[in-house]
Amino acid sequence: MVGNSPCASCKLLRRRCARDCIFAPYFPSDDPHKFAIVHKVFGASNVSKMLQELPIQHRPDAVSSLVYEANARVRDPVYGCVGAISYLQNQVSHLQTQLAVVQAEILCIQMQHEPDLPTHHIDPADEKTLLLHSNLNNLPQYLNFASSSNVIQDPLKRESLWT
Amino acid sequence: MISTRCAACKYLRKRCDTDCIFSPYFPSNDPLKFACVHKIFGASNVGKMLKQLPVHHRAEAANSLCFEAQSRIQDPVYGCTGIISLLQQQIYNAQKQLAIARAEIALNAHQAHLQGGSQFQQIEASSSFNNVAAEPLHVDQSFFDPPWLF
Repeated sequence: MVGNSPCASCKLLRRRCARDCIFAPYFPSDDPHKFAIVHKVFGASNVSKMLQELPIQHRPDAVSSLVYEANARVRDPVYGCVGAISYLQNQVSHLQTQLAVVQAEILCIQMQHEPDLPTHHIDPADEKTLLLHSNLNNLPQYLNFASSSNVIQDPLKRESLWT
Repeated sequence: MISTRCAACKYLRKRCDTDCIFSPYFPSNDPLKFACVHKIFGASNVGKMLKQLPVHHRAEAANSLCFEAQSRIQDPVYGCTGIISLLQQQIYNAQKQLAIARAEIALNAHQAHLQGGSQFQQIEASSSFNNVAAEPLHVDQSFFDPPWLF
């Protein structure tokens, strides 16, 4: 409990907000929607267990990510934020293709120069390129999940999902 | 007697009815799948979510819930949002690399132009360069941008 007023969780759950309420620091009473949506998707009991298993310093970030995922699931009941992951993976693949084309173009242009001119050596083992490839290879494939338009389109709707 | 209960009903120790909401998506040969979603979302919430969806969407929904649950178990702080942040960073890095590479092409073209007109004409004739340079990639990163992760 913060001050004398119960937190948003205890208000919704209609129970007494104890001084050591696990929800109180992260679900203030002035933002009832935040807990409501997390409760709808994950359930208060599960959220409480998850927070209790985390060190205190990690709990704010955990709550923020749970709120984000809950919002994504409400917006897109089929794919939730997994739809966003698929979309972003497609973007990474697309960029990777563009980069390969452009780098090939650079090689072509360099080969058109006279042989005695210095050339930039584009090392295929360039660290940044490796990072892009290796990170892509380390991630499981999400591409079999379709991107849901409910989560990702409408860029003008810049509603923050992190509050 | 061979048990025909689905993984959910086995886990919850209840009778698996013919109209069990879980049985098409949580077969008995994959007990971990239901265990994950139950740990994170709870059986009741999963059942409600599936019931609210048309039947033809439920399989994908169950799979995406399973994925989210597994991500949350592996990363209890960030879950799926950690993956989103990683992908965002990869997009940012790739866009930067692409900009550098395109700038290098432009510089090469400029240098070739300074060296002689004929060489520059050769470069201009390279159609793939023009197509690549003119194709912007619009990624609305602000939608995903968690201000506290970077």
